This record gives sequence, structure tokens and C-alpha cells, in this order.
Amino acid sequence: MAFVTPESVADRYDVLVVGSGAAGGQAAYTLAMEGARVLMLEAGRNYDPRSETPMFQTNDAAPLRGTGTPDKPFGFYDATVDGGWTVPGEPYTNASSEEGRQFTWWRARMLGGRTNHWGRIALRNGPYDFKPRSRDGLGFDWPISYGDVAPYYDKVEMLVGVFGTNNGLENTPDSPEGCLLPPPRARIGELLARQRGRRLGIPVIPMHRAVLTRPLDHRTIPARLHPGNAKAQRILAEDMQNRAACFWATECGRGCSIRANYQSPTVHLPPALATGNLDIVANAMAREVTLDPSGRANGVVYIDKRTGLEHRASARAIVLAAGACESVRLLLNSKSARFPDGLANSSGLVGKYILDTVGAEWGGQVPLLESLPPHNEDGAGGGHVYVPWWLYGKQKAGGLGFARGYHIEFGTGKGMPGGDPPYLPDPGGRTSYGLRLKEDARRYYGSYVSFTGRGEMIPNADSFCEIDPSVVDKWGIPVLRFHWKWSDHEIRQAAHMQRTFADWIEAMGGINARAPDADGRKAIKPGGFIIHEVGGALMGGSPSSSVTNAWSQAWDVRNLFIADGAVFASNADKNPTLTIMALAWRAAEHLLEELRNGDI
Amino acid sequence: MNTPEPIHIDRRVAIKWMLTATAGAVLIKAPSFGDAAQGPSATAAGGPAVGYGTDPNLVKGYKPGDLWPLTFTGAQRREVAALCDVVIPADDRSPSASAVGVTDFIDEFVSAPYPDNVRDGRKILDGLAWLDGESARRFGAAFAQATGSQRIALCEEISLYDPSNPGLKPAAEFFRRFRDLAATGFYTTPAGVKDIGYVGNVPLARFEGPPADLVEKLGLTDEVRW
Repeated sequence: MAFVTPESVADRYDVLVVGSGAAGGQAAYTLAMEGARVLMLEAGRNYDPRSETPMFQTNDAAPLRGTGTPDKPFGFYDATVDGGWTVPGEPYTNASSEEGRQFTWWRARMLGGRTNHWGRIALRNGPYDFKPRSRDGLGFDWPISYGDVAPYYDKVEMLVGVFGTNNGLENTPDSPEGCLLPPPRARIGELLARQRGRRLGIPVIPMHRAVLTRPLDHRTIPARLHPGNAKAQRILAEDMQNRAACFWATECGRGCSIRANYQSPTVHLPPALATGNLDIVANAMAREVTLDPSGRANGVVYIDKRTGLEHRASARAIVLAAGACESVRLLLNSKSARFPDGLANSSGLVGKYILDTVGAEWGGQVPLLESLPPHNEDGAGGGHVYVPWWLYGKQKAGGLGFARGYHIEFGTGKGMPGGDPPYLPDPGGRTSYGLRLKEDARRYYGSYVSFTGRGEMIPNADSFCEIDPSVVDKWGIPVLRFHWKWSDHEIRQAAHMQRTFADWIEAMGGINARAPDADGRKAIKPGGFIIHEVGGALMGGSPSSSVTNAWSQAWDVRNLFIADGAVFASNADKNPTLTIMALAWRAAEHLLEELRNGDI
Repeated sequence: MNTPEPIHIDRRVAIKWMLTATAGAVLIKAPSFGDAAQGPSATAAGGPAVGYGTDPNLVKGYKPGDLWPLTFTGAQRREVAALCDVVIPADDRSPSASAVGVTDFIDEFVSAPYPDNVRDGRKILDGLAWLDGESARRFGAAFAQATGSQRIALCEEISLYDPSNPGLKPAAEFFRRFRDLAATGFYTTPAGVKDIGYVGNVPLARFEGPPADLVEKLGLTDEVRW
């Protein structure tokens, strides 16, 4: 078993997984390693990071010096294939034309999806994050607690490899011994920010990112992850030895040919394929989940994008992992007499309460960091440090004007030159040129610090998606229409981010180019921009108030699971990927149990 | 992106978002965005140029002209080379911008079919025409044929926008944009990378962090330990 075509797909599988990213990769891994026969459908093309990743390529070898274009929005060397906020032939629409009410939807049509280019930031939700309504009366509680998910966070961290430290901070969970890899040293700008942040009461700690700072322990981890399963242990031990530790070069967003960071095609899929239990069909655009007469899901109709022909694959259970909104779209497009409003939608809640992350940014120039002696600051790519939300007390006392927290990511140092020159401050508005320009570049390059806020959005009834009644994609599949609205909580939070960052730049002796936006509407990024889209098929405590139960299993259709971020009942400031993987592992274990028991 | 799509997100806004996401310190150097997107530019052959698509080969090397035809005339090339060398001249540490191919990069940039390039390209071409005209008016010679001190005198004037002379505003904006492009082109070449002191992009057995004497000099020794 391996990569197959629609013509060579087997007649029947135990589980059909739609999607190959963080959720689909994890679900397929867990299922295949434990013996289930799995078919995976991926809407994009096959992708081999070992041969396709631009490692060490420099911007002078790229068109337009590597800068972003509509074809490659994050720059030429970004790993994304056939993706972006627009995908040719695959439109979506927005119900409102008003500014601030738009949702912009990033997709990547390739094996591994968005995991190929993601920031690798791998933070655990904390205990508060699963019970937000109990704390402040807003949004929804999850039907599960941190304690239910913690063992799966442990497993995911051990499997994919995450660096970080345990700091014992509020709602910022520690990991058990043996889960985390040592963090890389902080860069000079990060150290300065740490020192000056302390004066403002802002704690700076090592980031948690899915990058191997040393090889994974292939002698002990496989037995911890797959107790009693000698085959899985052997396969994983062998695969772990084929992943190299980071060699401190090449941005993670390009992907990683040495498999030092997590992306589904380098971490989840190789061992799953090695079991012989996983088949993958690429270029397979899922259109509809089909039901048998008893109301159980029995297959998926998909379109082979190379031929335009329709096919159907069948399985005992279906796992949707297409990405939150794409899974929602698939449910809403699966209409039947039993489910006239879309599959598993007896609650009417499919598509409701979609969420993104609140994003705002700020940066300044810091004279203390000018003219530093050249030294290599590439590191593990991305920031080596971050700030977890630190104002729980003040917030609970009502002193902030918004209900939920944010964490702070950093940009410092001398990155590989490319794009508009971020090292020419042009003091007095005079455009630096000539010999002066060369002196300025040497002096100011590396002296900029930027802060990025990533905050929690509270679910609201005005942010949802539905099927557009009149627009279809190039295969004739009805597309999503988005509705979006930020509440004052998010808008005020964005303003607080910028104010905090500007104060911090000043505390570093730095220069803010202008005053921060007092109006959070100017500071906040558009909906979907942070690419942390979750929600739309929330898990909950009852069939009338949610789409899935605590196992990500559809209330209405017992053999249908939703393994991606669609089940998120809240979207903590922590980046969702690690939680998506933990929940996918947990859902897959539950599915295995039901398959073994004959319940499915 | 070569066919119109039934997508209701304003195209200009979408592109702005995309480009904002690619910029580093976006708040300091926010690129300016003007008119709505234009159609694809015409190639020398007369057909519409196309971009590299959403699935280009990322591991091969490209040079200007490989993907879409370059469009500068001979006179424009000479003018751009001359302006490049006023903006980034040679010194004892690195060569001039034109000596390391920045003219070709700017040609590639203004000839590219993407909406922002089409719009920016028009600004650059308008600016080049203005500069040649102004040089002829003042010095009786096109910019490329003017003396070094004449070229610098002209650039000095448009390096700062003077509100009392609003007629020069487009020229000042052109000069800033051209300067940014020249710097992007120059500092992405091996010579520019060396000059600016970027020493990464090499595999290391260990990541050591900043040098200890630098950490000490900035008073950050206590910050190194977690």
C-alpha cells in the first residue's frame, strides 16, 4: 500500500480520512500504526519535501528576489504549492462588502497542506482554555478538560519533537519529563527584550516550536507511544533515526528536507505508509459524504482533479480532516433526505462560530542593536522566545476592557536579506542613498525588533459560513460564503497589543516610527489573516448544542469523526496546531476502540 | 491568477494583505499601495506575460528574463544603471549596484505581469522619463550622459520631499521606490550580503547564540540563563 490512483483504490477500508495535514496526518498515523486499513484523500498534489524543498537557495536565485506575488503570497521559497488566500478555480465569497467583515481563507492544495509552511509554534492549551465560559461567562466550555487532553499533548510532543521549557506559569502547562527538547539559545535582540520586558512585568520564556534541536530518542519514545505494539515501535524507531536534528539554517517556512521540523509528509506519513496500512490518493477533491440506508456514513464521492471524473471510495468509518472550513463545506454539501440541511447538522450548528486568532503587530528601531559585529542569528528559524499571556489577574479583576489573553512572538536579528530593505530608517524623511546608504545599511541592519500579538477570539453568532447559493468551484461544487465580525473584546485587545509593544520598544531605548493605533479596528488584522481558522462543528455536551461529542464524533452519525480544528469550542491564544494533533490522536484512539468493539 | 474569479474579496485589499504578510518590519516600512490592480502587461512579443504560477520549481535557479521577457529599452537600461550607481555606488567594501546585476533585477521587476509590478513598473517608467527630461532641461544631457555631480545634484533634490514644492512629490516618491528596489537587488547578491554582514545560511553543528563579549557589553549576561 502506498500512493494509489482512483483506479487502484481498494474496495473497502476500515477508515477513510479526508485531508493530509496536521489532523489527517495524525489521524492516519494513529490508525495505521495500530493496524487499521486507511485510505487518505488529498485535494492537492503529491509533494516530496526531500527533493522539493529549497534548502540554502538564496534570494538572488529566485524570481523577483523571492518577494511575494499573488502566485506565492508568502514569498517564492515558501513551501506552499497551489495555495494562498486565493486558489485558482476554487473561490469563496463574503456576504458583506464592509471593511472589517471580511474573512480571508488560506488553503494549500498539497500533500501535508498547511503543515508544510506553518510557523511550527507548538503551544498547549491550558486548563482555563477548555473552560472559558466557566471563568468569564463568555463563549462555550469544551466537554473535555485539560486533563483529558494532556496525555495526547505528551504523545504528540514526543512524536513530532518540540523544543521548549517548563516554567510553571499560570495556564501555561508544563510537559512531563522526556516530552520537550532543549530550546536554542536566545538571540541578542531577544535577550535585550527579555531584560527590558522584566521592567514592564512582561515574562519572556523560551518558545515551544516543533523543531528537533537534537535527534529524537528512538530507544525509549516508540515504546511509550505504542505500548505492546512491536511493529509500530520498530517502524517508528527506524523512522526517527531518519530525521536529522536542525542544522540552524534555512527558514522552516520553506519546509525541511532533512526532516528536522514537523510537517505531515516528513513526520506523520512516512511511518504510517511503512506499516502498509495506508493508501493515499492525491488530487482527490472530496465533494460529498454518502450514507447507507441506516444513516451511517459509508463513503466519500470525490473528483480526480487530473481527469475531472467522479469516483467513490468506501470505508467503515469516515474522518474529516480537510481543515475546519473545508470540512464544514463537505458536511453542508452532503445533503440527503435524512439530513436536508447537511450531514450531521440536526443541531443547525454546522458552519456556526468560526474563529480565527486576533493579530496585531508593531516594531521599532533600537539604537542599542546598531552596528553589532556580524554573527549567525539564523537559529531554528522563527523566534526562540515568546511571552505567554501574563495579565490573568488584572484581566479577571476587570482592569483591561477585554476578556481574553494574547501571547507575543518576536522578530529580531539579521535575517537573510530579501524584500523591501528593513534597515534604512531614512531619518527626517530623507531617502538615504549613495555612500551614506551603505553606511546606514551596515549600521541599522539587525537593529529592528518587531512584536506580534496572537490573541483569543470569542465565538460570536455573526461569524459563520454557509453554502453560497449561486457560486460553484471549477468542479461544480458549491462554495462557502463567509460572515464575519469582531467583537469589542478582540478590537480592544488588538489596541492593547500595540500599546504594549510600543511601550516595550521604548523600554528597550528604541524608536517608534509613529504612535500606536488607539483604535483597535486599525490595529487588528482581517478575519482569517492569521490562518488559525477553527470552529464550525463545535464539540459539546449534547446533540442539540453541538455537532460532535467529546470524542470529535458526530452526534448524528456515529461512524463520522471530525478530526480538525472545526470541533474547537474556543480558540485560545495558543496556536491551534498542537491541539489539533492531540485531539486527532484522541479521536483516532476512540475510533479504533469502537472498530475493535464492533460498535462501528 | 490569470483568470478572473468569482471572488468577492476586493482584489486590491487581498493583495495588500498578502504583501503585508511577506514584509518583515511592516509597520516601519509599510509599502504604499495606490491604484486598483491592472491587467497583465504586454510582452515584447505582444502577448500577455504570465507569472510563474502557483507551483513553480523551487530548487532550480532563475535569472531575470527566464520567466517573462525584460522590457527596458537600451536608453532605459543606461539610465537605470546610472541611477543605480548614484543610489549604491562602489566603495572600498563592495561594488556598485549596476556591477552586480541590479539593473537586470529592476528590469525583471517592472516587466513582471503581477498587478503590483504593473502598477509599480508604471511609476518607475514615469519616474525615469521625468528624470531624463529634467536632466535634459537643466544640463542639456540625458541622465546617463550627465556628469556625476549633476546626477547627484538632481538626486539630492528629490531625496527629500519639500512640501513647498508639491510638483516634486511624484519624483520624490519615485526616488524612494527606486532606492528600495535597488537596495533589495543589491543586498540579495553575494556582494551585498557580505557587505551588510549577513553570515547565516550555512549549516552548523551547534547554535551558539550571540558572542559572549557582545552579551556582556550590552549588560545581558544575566539574561542568557533560563
